[in-house]
Amino acid sequence: MLPDRSGLPTREHGHAHQSDAGPDRLDWSQNELPPGQVLELSDRPARGHSYWSLAFRRLAHKKLAMACLSIIVAMYIGSLASPLVTPYDYRQIDLQSTRQGPSLAHPFGTDRQGRDMLTRVIFGVRTTVIITITSLLGGTLILGVVLGLLSGYLGRWVDAVIMRTGEVTSSFPEILLLLIFVSAFRPRLLVAVQNFEDATGLDWIIRLGVLDFTIISLGLAIFGWFGMARLVRGQVLQTRESQYAEAALAMGASTAHILRVHMLRNILSPLIVSVSAGLAGVAGAELVLSWIGVGVFPPVPSLGRMLFENGHPQVLVNHPHLILFPIGTVTVLFFCFNILGDAVNDAFNPRTR
Amino acid sequence: MGIYVIRRLLWLPILVIIVTFITFVMLRFGPGDPVQIWLGQHQNDEVRERIRAQLGLDDPIAVQYIRYVEGVVTRLDFGESFKYRNKSVREVIGSRIWVSVQLNLAAIIITLGIGIPVGLLAALRQGTGWDNVIVAIALAFQSLPVFITAPVLLLIFALYLDILPTSGWGGFFSPKIVMPAVVMGVPGIAIVVRLVRASVLDVMAQDYVRTARSKGLPERAVRYRHILRNALIPVTTSFGFILAGLAGGTFIVEIYFGIPGVGRLSLEALNARDYPVLLTFAVISTTLFVLANLVVDLIYPFLDPRIRLGAGHAS
Repeated sequence: MLPDRSGLPTREHGHAHQSDAGPDRLDWSQNELPPGQVLELSDRPARGHSYWSLAFRRLAHKKLAMACLSIIVAMYIGSLASPLVTPYDYRQIDLQSTRQGPSLAHPFGTDRQGRDMLTRVIFGVRTTVIITITSLLGGTLILGVVLGLLSGYLGRWVDAVIMRTGEVTSSFPEILLLLIFVSAFRPRLLVAVQNFEDATGLDWIIRLGVLDFTIISLGLAIFGWFGMARLVRGQVLQTRESQYAEAALAMGASTAHILRVHMLRNILSPLIVSVSAGLAGVAGAELVLSWIGVGVFPPVPSLGRMLFENGHPQVLVNHPHLILFPIGTVTVLFFCFNILGDAVNDAFNPRTR
Repeated sequence: MGIYVIRRLLWLPILVIIVTFITFVMLRFGPGDPVQIWLGQHQNDEVRERIRAQLGLDDPIAVQYIRYVEGVVTRLDFGESFKYRNKSVREVIGSRIWVSVQLNLAAIIITLGIGIPVGLLAALRQGTGWDNVIVAIALAFQSLPVFITAPVLLLIFALYLDILPTSGWGGFFSPKIVMPAVVMGVPGIAIVVRLVRASVLDVMAQDYVRTARSKGLPERAVRYRHILRNALIPVTTSFGFILAGLAGGTFIVEIYFGIPGVGRLSLEALNARDYPVLLTFAVISTTLFVLANLVVDLIYPFLDPRIRLGAGHAS
């Protein structure tokens, strides 16, 4: 086991900061080899001391964060494989046994239509998981990074257009606009998709909630890209002034090459931090929308919808299991998101500790 | 400074017009007819046409939009509600918005009133058990959604202990406000605690704090005049962020606790396709957001004279 080097001063964002000591202050005489000896240079750089390996090692040392990461990974994999791991079908109604408490056959009990709560909770997690992946990785990340890179690197009017658009979207009343967005586009798209299904003979697009997932991810991405774009733009502006970017340009590297190799690599660590910190936000937005009734529509299970339906005081008193299990699941998920986001921030931004 | 404020304020109407335009287009693109919804079971083509003409819904859409904007800009007239006939939007929203303002104010008081002292305590006891416990709790509660805390608090305090009412609204000084305000305040508390703690620790390491101590100032004066005052600067910046978080919580809390505020009203307006009310909400919330950010930026130089507004680069 290597010693913990978290105390060492590390460069914050990859190679953005040059060493403070100028070359004239270094004492080169120490490095002179005795006559006759040839310095053997390994063709591979020494491993284990790079910024990345130090950051990951710092992260791996946080036990709670690692536990949370495993819980999140387990939830993601388990919920994506939900048809395989759930004991029942989430639509399977059993009116003989409604609102039963936890039992061996139904560990989380059954809801008011006799559907197995464990199954529905797992499928509800799947909904959240899918939305976080499509919206955060697909929408926010790609949209934010691409627009941020363009804005920071090209500057001038591209920068102005992207930044002004972002300021407009970020000063929107988000929830209200999302409500209007969904209620405007969903019915129209629903008709279009129904026609498409009739024409092609497919029947799973609406049934599996693909339509809902698309609309919500789109809505969240529209309002969520700007924070990421601003972050990337700031990093690019910082990197653009650096000598190695200038050197690459002087050597005739193309814009795409400089963006990909020099800029993207430098912004990777703030990106990881902001994605892991943003997980809870995206998951929360999906839950809020479903809670209000414009997110994922039944019969596709959503934890937000479950919490709304079972949140009535009458249900709380008589059948607390109907709400406590979804609440517990959401709490665990959010707790893990927060702990992980915090630990990742500590590991990749050692300065801010 | 004056030019800076004017420039920011000039940006506001442009922003409001863009937001209302997009809202308007989306509302009209969506299905649903306010008059049809208002008539309910009593559908009658003749009546419907008459009401449509009264409300100006039979004009071209561009004309309707320009009429709305013109009313707002020239007379601050937001039009007439479609759902509550013969009532102006201002009347409909006026009473509701006051309720939401009170609720949000109570939530902010709870957030800052608990968050700042607890954050300070954690920082002053850095590395001890107190600090660890506070940080762990803050981490656990941070961004815990409102719809999780609401049913749990309701279950404990209203249904099991029976010391707080379950729902309703009775003004700022009624016990009915306690639970909704706490529910809305909790996620903010966690953010403020962590922010204050980090920022106090940062300030405590500064030279001027050492200077203050070494010139013999009493510990009390050092803490409140030098440490806390400077440590609160990051809190003011994040204030806009906290407000935005509250806005999201308002919807859910008002629906859940049956509070007649703007969050519930906007859902009702959406279901009734009450376009003028929804547009006015867009105008109000955009304006509030921009003004809140402006105020935060203006408070900044008072708290920290090192920051100068509108200056191109540090001098």
